[in-house]
Amino acid sequence: MNDLMQDGAWLPFVFAFLIGLSMLLYAVLDGYDLGVGLLSPFAPRSNRDRMIGSIGPFWDANETWLVLGVGLLLVAFPAAHGLVLGELYLPVALMLIGLIFRGVSFDFRKKVAPEKQARWDRIFFLSSLVVALSQGYMVGRFVVGFQPGWVSEVFSIFFGFLVVAGYGLMGACWLILKTEDELQRFAVKWARLGIWSMVAGAVLSSIAAPFVDTRIYDRMFAFPEATLLIAMPLVSMLLTVIMHFLLGALPMPGDRLSAMPFAISVSIFVLGFVGLVYSFHPYIVPGQLRIVEAAAAPESLKVILIGTGIVFPFLIGYTIFAYRVFRGKATDLSYD
Amino acid sequence: MDAFVLSRIQFAANITFHILFPSITIGLGWLLLYFKFRFQRSKDEKWMELYFLFTKIFALSFSLGVVSGVTMSFQFGTNWPGYMNTVGNIAGPLLAYEVLTAFFLEASMLGIMLFGFRRVKPWVHSLATFLVAAGTTLSAFWILALNSWMHTPTGFEMIEGVAHATSWKEVIFNPSMPYRFVHAVLASGLTVAFLGAGLMAYKQLKGDNGPAARAGLRSCLFLAAVLAPLQLFVGDLHGTNTRDHQPQKLAAMEGLWEGGEGVHLTLFALPDEEARENRFEVSIPKLGSLIVTRDLNGYVRGLNAFEGEHPPVAPVFWAFRVMVGMGMLMILSGLYGGWMLLKKRELPRRFLQLLQAMTFAGWVATVAGWYVTEIGRQPWLVQGVLKSKDAVADLPPANVGATLAAYLVTYGILLVAYMTAVFYLTLHAKRSGDVNRKPNPT
Ligand code: HDD
Ligand code: HEM
Ligand code: HEM
Repeated sequence: MNDLMQDGAWLPFVFAFLIGLSMLLYAVLDGYDLGVGLLSPFAPRSNRDRMIGSIGPFWDANETWLVLGVGLLLVAFPAAHGLVLGELYLPVALMLIGLIFRGVSFDFRKKVAPEKQARWDRIFFLSSLVVALSQGYMVGRFVVGFQPGWVSEVFSIFFGFLVVAGYGLMGACWLILKTEDELQRFAVKWARLGIWSMVAGAVLSSIAAPFVDTRIYDRMFAFPEATLLIAMPLVSMLLTVIMHFLLGALPMPGDRLSAMPFAISVSIFVLGFVGLVYSFHPYIVPGQLRIVEAAAAPESLKVILIGTGIVFPFLIGYTIFAYRVFRGKATDLSYD
Repeated sequence: MDAFVLSRIQFAANITFHILFPSITIGLGWLLLYFKFRFQRSKDEKWMELYFLFTKIFALSFSLGVVSGVTMSFQFGTNWPGYMNTVGNIAGPLLAYEVLTAFFLEASMLGIMLFGFRRVKPWVHSLATFLVAAGTTLSAFWILALNSWMHTPTGFEMIEGVAHATSWKEVIFNPSMPYRFVHAVLASGLTVAFLGAGLMAYKQLKGDNGPAARAGLRSCLFLAAVLAPLQLFVGDLHGTNTRDHQPQKLAAMEGLWEGGEGVHLTLFALPDEEARENRFEVSIPKLGSLIVTRDLNGYVRGLNAFEGEHPPVAPVFWAFRVMVGMGMLMILSGLYGGWMLLKKRELPRRFLQLLQAMTFAGWVATVAGWYVTEIGRQPWLVQGVLKSKDAVADLPPANVGATLAAYLVTYGILLVAYMTAVFYLTLHAKRSGDVNRKPNPT
């Protein structure tokens, strides 16, 4: 412990934690709004404005968590940043182009001549799909430590679909929370589909993962950590079952429990994320680069940490404020 | 082409696309606040009509700025790993502070500014508008601090080939930072002034001569009349700063091969780098020394003093003339328009057509100005510290080529869509006759 306190050797771990936290917040927050994008073509046209209205005030801030996560990785672990982004060069570019079109399409759809709106709606859906798939694929590549070979490629593509299902689920649950009547009933249906495709995906990937990457396999069977790793799927399973029955009962009179599905889907997502991260530790790039090896100079990290400490409470404060202003059921957005 | 050249083109393409939108939002945020205040004081609907129209344009520009900015933040890692490995200890904190203090502020308050008009009290809405404007300006501050540091690095030491900060005050307020910040913020103001004037002129040419179109044109023209001359003054100061810190860049801007006392000012020429001379030169004697050194016989260093160490001459020379040319045009049209309005005369149709043609003049000048700055720094990435070619990633050229093509197509589509949408909104944005449709919460 002593040498950890020296020379700010603890700083890299704090930053690894902050990066993980930003990435998790990104995946959850942008996850639900990408999910809404994935679901958008399946709603009757009359409901589409309301769906998009439910994410309009939030998506921008949600995406900023990605900028923070990548920025901190860049700042705190330049070597890892170069390695990861070099390996993922093409999928990153694909995701960025997807994010570009996703971000602008719901602005454009209401600002062009009415006959062009359908075109931007289609772009909105397609770009959300591209983003979700490429993000999932990248997580897959990351999990297998960028191993070449078709087995790990297939595994990564598979991860892409898993993320699509996960985002779709969160999007549906968000809609249950933020909408009512017909659209809400649609959302319940989508959520049920989402939860079971998640389960199928999770089971398949848990079976496959140990064979693709031996490191995870070793961890799974190394006691006493294994108890923790086993507890996680068990809790997730339990949550899934609760979710299943809950969805069967929704929507309830007086809109009771309409926030529950979202809370549960986020919990499942968080559990999966923590499980993944746990299986990497102490590496920042699985099998290639350890956290301590990759870190930048402590004095710069300290400067950033001080700033983070000061700014963070404000950041949380006005995020809560923004969500409070737009609490309640979504309406079709308008600027006036 | 090798990955180095392709990476440079890709970086230039991405940043050029990105800067277009901040150059609008930085200035437009403040203009919106102005419209809002005018409305609150006069209760005249026309200000709200302007506010709503320009809010839509702001939202569109902002989302394009955000998504292209996200692309930028990946660029350093994907294409320029050597940059972060060498100066990451300086660049990192500045970029991190930008995200923490500016981006989250803008992004969270933007939702309230755009969609919260009827959900929060009027003063909270004004506050949100103010915070968005302040946030965009703040992000310009941080990124320009970093960019300026790359031109005039101070407050650091090199240890084993890696930069370490010794004084953050000197890093942030490095010698070119104040000039660049003021000049770039004014540039944004001018971009917005001419965007607004161009759109309002377009509205009037299409036969909508209502109070909003008139008030909008008036505000934008007065803004241009004040900012354009100011920009000439600040730009001139910026140039003398460049003389002190990057004389080779200044020599390229002037197209001056052989230095000396009492040098001429070149108005037109085709710089020929092979022969190291200008062809078809048109110049005014002594004026060069006067502008650069404030003395008719002052000494100015020429490019020959930096052989092998200076930037490519023709692009810097020409970009500079495009920027200054645009600046002059802006001064003339701003002053003429302002004078006509003061005299309460009708603006002639020809002038309205000119304004419409200048709708995106600010973009042209801004991009040209950045090309002067950035190409003028070559071959250095960080002046005197790191060369561009030592920072580039070792990527397969085919990959870079593929992504470059994809980005260019994307940007082409979006640029056309953006320009079309802006003009469309100007004509079709709904009249806000019903501002008081539903009361604001009090
Ligand atoms: C509306 C935009 C606009 C207009 C009208 C002008 N500029 Fe400018 N100029 C910029 C927008 C800009 C810019 C894009 O904002 C730059 C790039 C980097 C910077 O700091 O500002 C710039 C850079 C820049 C530089 C480069 C400094 C350096 O990198 O070392 C100089 C010397 C000038 N300007 C001078 C002028 C002069 C003498 C102008 C006469 C009217 C002028 N600018 C008009
Ligand atoms: C303020 C933040 C900026 C930073 C940190 C920055 C940094 C960089 C970097 C890393 C490169 C690539 C390396 C090289 O080729 O030298 C570059 C080159 C370039 N940048 Fe910037 N830049 C900034 C702003 C801009 C803007 C706003 C523009 C234009 C609109 C611009 C135009 C260019 C061009 C044209 C090049 C290519 C120069 C060449 O390779 O000849 N830059 N800059
Ligand atoms: C290489 C340099 C640059 C990087 C890495 C970068 C990065 C970014 C990112 C990630 C965003 C989105 C923020 C969000 O999520 O809200 C953004 C937006 C923005 N950037 Fe840049 N940027 C660069 C250059 C510049 C330059 C040169 C300027 C201006 C002088 C600028 C001014 C802004 C502003 C004002 C915004 C706010 C959003 C908007 O109004 O469009 N940036 N930038």
